[in-house]
Amino acid sequence: MAERNRVEVAEYKWPEPERRRLIGTRVSRVDGPEKVTGRAKYTYDVNRPGMLAGKILRCPHAHARIVRLDTSAAEKMPGVRAVLPLKKVGDEILWAGDEVVAVAAVDEPTAEDAIRAIVVEYEKLPHYVLDTDPKAAGERARPTAEQIEGDPDAAFREAEVVVEGVYGMPLITHCCLEAHGSVVEWEGENQVLVHISTQAVSGIAGQMAGPLGVPASNIRVKQDHIGGGFGSKFSPDSWGIAAARLSKMAGGRPVKIMLERDAELMVAGARPSYYGRVRVGAKRDGTVIAWESETWGTGGIPPTSALPLPYVLRIPNQRKRHIAIVTNSGPARAWRAPLHPQACLLTMAALDDLAAELRMDPLDLLLKNIGLAGERADVYREELQIAAELMEWKKKWHPRGDPSPGPIKRGLGVSIHTWPGRGHACRCDLTIYPDGSVEVKLGSQDLGTGTRTAIAIVVADTLGLPLDAVRVRIGDNQYPPAGGSGGSTTIGGVSSAARRAALDALDQMFARVAPLLNAAPEQLEAWEGRIRVKGDPSRSIAWEQACARLNGMPLTVRGENPGPGELTTAGAAGVQMADVSVDIETGIVRINKMVAVQDCGLIINMKTAESQCYGGMIMGISYALFEEKILDPVTGRMLNPNMEFYKLAGLADVGELVVHMMTGEKYDRRGVIGLGEPPVISPGAAISNAVANAIGVRVPFLPLTPDRVLDALAKKGGSHARV
Amino acid sequence: MRAFEYVSPTTKEQAVALLASKWGETEVLAGGTDLLALMKDDVVRPRRVVNIKEIAELRGISFSPRAGLRLGATATLEELLAHPDVARHYPALVQAALGITSPQIRNMGTIGGDLCQRPRCWYFRAGFGLLARDETGRSLVLEGDNRYHAILGNEGPAYFVNPSSLAPALIAYGARLRIFGPRGTREVPVERFFRIPQTEAEREYDLQPNEIVTEVLVPPPPAGMVSATYEVRHREALDWPLATASVALVLDGGRVRSARVVLGQVAPIPWPSPEAERALVGKTVTTEVAQAAADAALQKARSLGKNGYKIQLARVAVRRAIERAVQEGAR
Repeated sequence: MAERNRVEVAEYKWPEPERRRLIGTRVSRVDGPEKVTGRAKYTYDVNRPGMLAGKILRCPHAHARIVRLDTSAAEKMPGVRAVLPLKKVGDEILWAGDEVVAVAAVDEPTAEDAIRAIVVEYEKLPHYVLDTDPKAAGERARPTAEQIEGDPDAAFREAEVVVEGVYGMPLITHCCLEAHGSVVEWEGENQVLVHISTQAVSGIAGQMAGPLGVPASNIRVKQDHIGGGFGSKFSPDSWGIAAARLSKMAGGRPVKIMLERDAELMVAGARPSYYGRVRVGAKRDGTVIAWESETWGTGGIPPTSALPLPYVLRIPNQRKRHIAIVTNSGPARAWRAPLHPQACLLTMAALDDLAAELRMDPLDLLLKNIGLAGERADVYREELQIAAELMEWKKKWHPRGDPSPGPIKRGLGVSIHTWPGRGHACRCDLTIYPDGSVEVKLGSQDLGTGTRTAIAIVVADTLGLPLDAVRVRIGDNQYPPAGGSGGSTTIGGVSSAARRAALDALDQMFARVAPLLNAAPEQLEAWEGRIRVKGDPSRSIAWEQACARLNGMPLTVRGENPGPGELTTAGAAGVQMADVSVDIETGIVRINKMVAVQDCGLIINMKTAESQCYGGMIMGISYALFEEKILDPVTGRMLNPNMEFYKLAGLADVGELVVHMMTGEKYDRRGVIGLGEPPVISPGAAISNAVANAIGVRVPFLPLTPDRVLDALAKKGGSHARV
Repeated sequence: MRAFEYVSPTTKEQAVALLASKWGETEVLAGGTDLLALMKDDVVRPRRVVNIKEIAELRGISFSPRAGLRLGATATLEELLAHPDVARHYPALVQAALGITSPQIRNMGTIGGDLCQRPRCWYFRAGFGLLARDETGRSLVLEGDNRYHAILGNEGPAYFVNPSSLAPALIAYGARLRIFGPRGTREVPVERFFRIPQTEAEREYDLQPNEIVTEVLVPPPPAGMVSATYEVRHREALDWPLATASVALVLDGGRVRSARVVLGQVAPIPWPSPEAERALVGKTVTTEVAQAAADAALQKARSLGKNGYKIQLARVAVRRAIERAVQEGAR
């Protein structure tokens, strides 16, 4: 009976549009009131009884060897509870800010005093932090194998127009507003409690077990809320391990190490720089036939990998080379859509330059070649048309170089992007209590994207209940394991697992109440707080009464992803357009308006989906105009590890933002696709293209700072003659 | 942050007595928007912090047509913006303060603090000192990244830029500072308050360690005066300007009778430009005249390698400040 139900009632599909009361609507975050009233607790807010303050001594040199290390004075200081060297004499330091010694003391000032009392002598070694010129990098330049598709030489011979340009973007940092860190306490014999700011609640214990010599099963990991991760918070990090060790040394007292702002910017995240010389060959009608690129860039010591070039459009004939430059900068981490913003700029800027050379509207050039996007081509075509309408592209667009008088020039730019976003492995336990209340538990995390709300929507809609009937518990590794929130995989993972759990639970509920309604279980449906017979709503039972049939025993059902039925797929497509004004006398770029048109399959919560696009555009505007991890060639240090000179866009800098999410049967039927990363990919390219359209010349590198804009104008021989 | 002693005197005599006669031992606290960061970054390490916000006579803003404008040292930037007489008679000051696009900073930051804040040079803030030299004595600014450093007055040994938002406007209006110390009160023109330090032991302004700025006195506006500030700032949100200019012109029958042109964020001191002033006096202001004055102001500017673009920005700031003063003055 139950088996038959499973097949017939719950086919593990998403509900048809008329069966959705919450899915796809604009639902405010369930934890919104907690956050805006300050009741939401972040790791930074965790203060445990008897807690010690942990601090880390960092190396000021970008490359050095430790020749002397003396912690004795710090150890003797009153209030200092533990001193833990993380490096030893003879160790080589490879970037400024690397950790040397950790201390725990009764309060922060004492810990800082202890850090200052530690004597470290370094032998300074030559450092190298430049990444813009592979020829200057010598043996630090590591070429990778050339990749060839088709016959690029023949294609370039055949091409009627060839354009060449250099494009790129520098190292930037993640700059999480809640810094990395944790509060760790050694509870009795080999039991460790970890409060940590993380994107991987279920993954942390396994990473700490080895270094700490404690079974992963003894490590409890908790996090209610996170203040930003962007790909940089999957690991306990050396300072998380240090906090645990300090706690053990201090007799189990909790130790809190949250990075200071400068450390956060120096060592806790970096997006690799990528630059490239790109050639594109095309027919005079705009048909693109040949691609050649030589790229280079750095992510610190580990060599950078090649970019996915050409981006989105599979140009038939290609030659690609990449040179990784190894530098003494802090290690790179995944940054929201790793490699995509860089690949997008290199491709979309080159195509935009091709359009300018052909005197074509770049929108038309993209449409002409959109078949190269493969199976998503139709989606892009539809999105480009919608974006063009929202931007009034055909009305506002002019050929490259705004001819209007005065120093303020206006221009438009367009870019397209893609991202896989298939749901990750995830398990959840859904419990229905005899009083009718419903609880879902999973070891996931809400990155600020609205994960709790999405889970509640799926479960409530499946069970025919209002949103507030469902209690979602996440952020604890004692709950069923869920994947880390990376690769925009969370929404697909948690929504699929929750949907399966809720459908299976409903099966069991139907089996219990079917006799009461004189119906077969497969004839039942859950709707508006009742279980009823399909087609005969008069035969129904209230949810609470149905749950009373549980005989006092809660019903718990496990849901999993992947699992039967296609609830999540991969392959989001998006289009963005930018409208900018550039003051050609000062080189200042202002965003007038941006439009994002985005597909992510079936949308669970329209409100938070749109929020991802707004946030992606804001973050994109920020790296397009402002962000740069500035490394000093002389000291090798980061010069701007603060919020004054590591510039993030403020609200006044972002202009008007317009979001349009693709919806309808053909998008819904694909199932849920991740959205966290796609909208941050295109802004750099769209804005760079808009600036070129405004001022009549390409500014090769992001961020589009006044010096770079003026430099490009000067090279064009133009408008601001006298620098 | 290191531990320190906190004192909160209620008279300027007490305050001065609590200040040490040697730099570094004590610090004055007004709005604290700069001091807090300096202490957290361990750039300054006072053993005592002297709060001057409880000294009543350092507060307030007043104006009279005969005496002009009096700005108490601890009056906030927000109070400056809210004062109707300031807006009416001294638009360049208001425009300069509006460039500080953070209500939090404007609510806490004070007039005196704006003048006495320390340079934002990233080598100074990283602990390499005002002159930004490494242990071998070489200038980190000249060899390193100087994209935000001085383009004027940069013969050395100092290359930072003066960060004050208000100083260029105050100098353009001919304002004076009143300073109180162990030997009583003295007055100094704002223009002469700032100095280019020649050694690491010197400060970038004319203040003894146990002196405090008590008030700023701005002369009454002469008939026919028009004035404005123009700021080139990368971000619209709170950001340090890349170049600013404040101008005060006295017009007589359409011609410039006298002119003050002062640049900010381009030199270790606010940078008055007599060259620009000479290019304006006797002329009717046109785009060409304003441009000629801007060119004259930047004639001696010099790139340190990565800050050449600031010369162009400063030139634009001067021209636009002149044009703005004349246009808005005509309304």
